[in-house]
Amino acid sequence: MSTKPHIDQSLVKTEEMVLNMGPQHPSTHGVLRLKIHTDGEVVSKIEPIIGYLHRCFEKHCEHLGYEQIVPFTDRCDYIASMHMNHGYALAMERLMGIEVPPRVEYIRVIVGELQRIASHLVALGTFGLDIGAITPFTWMIRDRERILDLFENLCGARLLYNYIWVGGVSHDLPEKFIRRTKEFIDYFTPQMDEFDQLLTFNKIFIERTADVGILPPDVAINYGVTGPSLRGSGVKWDLRKDEAYSAYPELEFDVPVGTGKMGSVGDCWDRYWVRMLEMRESVRIIDQALKSIPDGDVRAAVPKKVRPPKGSVYSRFETARGEIGYYIISDGKNIPVRLKMRSPAFCNLSVISEIAEGWMISDLIAILGSLDIVLGEIDR
Amino acid sequence: MNGIWASTLDILTSYGSMISLAGVGIFLIMAVNALVAVYFERKVSAFMQDRLGPMEVGIFGFKGGKKFWGGIGQTIADTVKLLTKEDILPDSADKKLMILAPFIIFIGAFVTFIGVPFSSVLLVSNFNIGIFYIIAMSSVGVVGIILAGWASNNKWSLYGSLRSAAQIISYEIPAGLSLILVVLVAGSLNIHDIVGWQADHRWFIFHSPMAFLAFFVYFISGVAETNRTPFDIPEAESELVAGWMTEYSGFRWALFFLSEYANMLIVCILTAVVFLGGWLSPMAMFNIFPESWLIFDGIWWGAFWIMFKAIFLIFVMMWFRWTFPRLRVDQLMYLCWKVLIPFALVNLVLVSIWELL
Repeated sequence: MSTKPHIDQSLVKTEEMVLNMGPQHPSTHGVLRLKIHTDGEVVSKIEPIIGYLHRCFEKHCEHLGYEQIVPFTDRCDYIASMHMNHGYALAMERLMGIEVPPRVEYIRVIVGELQRIASHLVALGTFGLDIGAITPFTWMIRDRERILDLFENLCGARLLYNYIWVGGVSHDLPEKFIRRTKEFIDYFTPQMDEFDQLLTFNKIFIERTADVGILPPDVAINYGVTGPSLRGSGVKWDLRKDEAYSAYPELEFDVPVGTGKMGSVGDCWDRYWVRMLEMRESVRIIDQALKSIPDGDVRAAVPKKVRPPKGSVYSRFETARGEIGYYIISDGKNIPVRLKMRSPAFCNLSVISEIAEGWMISDLIAILGSLDIVLGEIDR
Repeated sequence: MNGIWASTLDILTSYGSMISLAGVGIFLIMAVNALVAVYFERKVSAFMQDRLGPMEVGIFGFKGGKKFWGGIGQTIADTVKLLTKEDILPDSADKKLMILAPFIIFIGAFVTFIGVPFSSVLLVSNFNIGIFYIIAMSSVGVVGIILAGWASNNKWSLYGSLRSAAQIISYEIPAGLSLILVVLVAGSLNIHDIVGWQADHRWFIFHSPMAFLAFFVYFISGVAETNRTPFDIPEAESELVAGWMTEYSGFRWALFFLSEYANMLIVCILTAVVFLGGWLSPMAMFNIFPESWLIFDGIWWGAFWIMFKAIFLIFVMMWFRWTFPRLRVDQLMYLCWKVLIPFALVNLVLVSIWELL
């Protein structure tokens, strides 16, 4: 059923209609504007137009002290702020050669994986919303709320944490944090089975997503697609494994990839399913990390003045959406000469015209939802 | 049994004033139905989504606390808000048609109620072509939908209206074919005769395996005809913003809403009448308390049963809406033309054979 609609142009004389989807549209996930040329319901050409949320992140950074940049990274990918903090801190630590205490690494892994679950919950919920299922979204937001409660308990903020600093974290874990996280995991594991029952294996959902928007692995690599969207195409590439940082080398977890279980490899369902499996892996990681977290001072390695030596660094990090890269050039002063951020969602979005042309408007919405973009990070 | 009421109504209907009285009655039913159904829908969805739903607005100071009745006045407040909102007509719209469209849709739903029974006597007119009339009139609204989409001069509206027209017209066919099954067996288009047949024999859904399937075919088509999830592609909010209703606001939008919930009620009452025994008591059907007062049959109990069945079906529709994702437009057509219609046709032939045997 989910085959590409074929129109014999010699039989039908139609005119193309240009349709502006967004920036004010319910399912462009923010202020993305897609200029689409449509032939009836079929999309023949897509031009993504971005920049509605541009806030001059990189230029601002050239006038800010290194420690002041951390809250700005929060505001790029506001769905997964912890990852943005962590990626930046990692780059700075590599530039300055700071050795971080093991407790800090474990805390970073725990909050990072909690953040990954929270971010995937938003991604999957809004994906369901794009397909037309409203209830999974509210269920997932309900569970994400518990993670936000944990973070509020941890650092006082619910969305923009400014928690992971260069060389450490801003606060140690609160007293009851470990117990509450364990409670959350116990609560959340059966919930994932419920999501599967409600949405993942729903016949209509499979019809809508399987075999739709197939992203072949070579195209994905050529466009620089990363994260779950790349792994959905069957490419086993995860920086947590392949370029392991923090406490990840000491923890055991699998990297789920798309196998074409319901359709073919790299379709929307695979990208969805990879995120679903990654949440289970995150739960595994948190479980192990909570058991083996060492003691120590979390601010032992935080430098008094963040003043890196002359030089540059490029460091990449696996966020919930893919590889975030920070390229930082320092001339030895307390502000960077240049800070460039490689945005994963930008590369993931760029593939849309490649895979969504020839599909229907409804499919375009599904494909866009399955790529899981955050406009704050694309526009920066 | 219903001699007094029937004769009273007969006398009254012979006067012209009764026509306007019936009109007011139908309008009240539509309005109350929309008010109650919207509240019901919000509470059902809240229940399914693990949240509370409207909890703030009460009536006359009665708020009901954290119970089902919390926020009972919400839909009344919503109505007041809708009726006092600014009524926007876009500059580039075809204003006359845009104003006309909601009324066509509303009238389509309104005149359908003439043939819809609420009890054995509580119906405006007992036509000899009852079912045919209801089917015919309930598709008048399509004209309004196409007009609304075209006149708004909005691309999203146009998409929505074309989708909606294709969908409603297509799903008329399996719905009609399933109802023909009943007509074939009961030998009449008249609502009274059909329910009379069910009183003499059994509810139509239990007539034969084919009738059982026909019930589902009809109900699925009914869900599609009322544009509800999983068939809500004409107003798919994640794709088409609000479909053909995008450019409407205020009172005109309220009319759309009213008609949508009225159509839901019509489909559900018709399903109840045709397949589930209409105003007949389930106790009589299953012969639980034979010959006792516990059968709860009669004129007013009839009204209760018919509404009970219809409201249960409305609940099922809401259940669908808050559980299923949405089909794509070609899958929707596939389901109609390649699944439901062949099914209904084969069903029809089989029932004819069943009746001959």
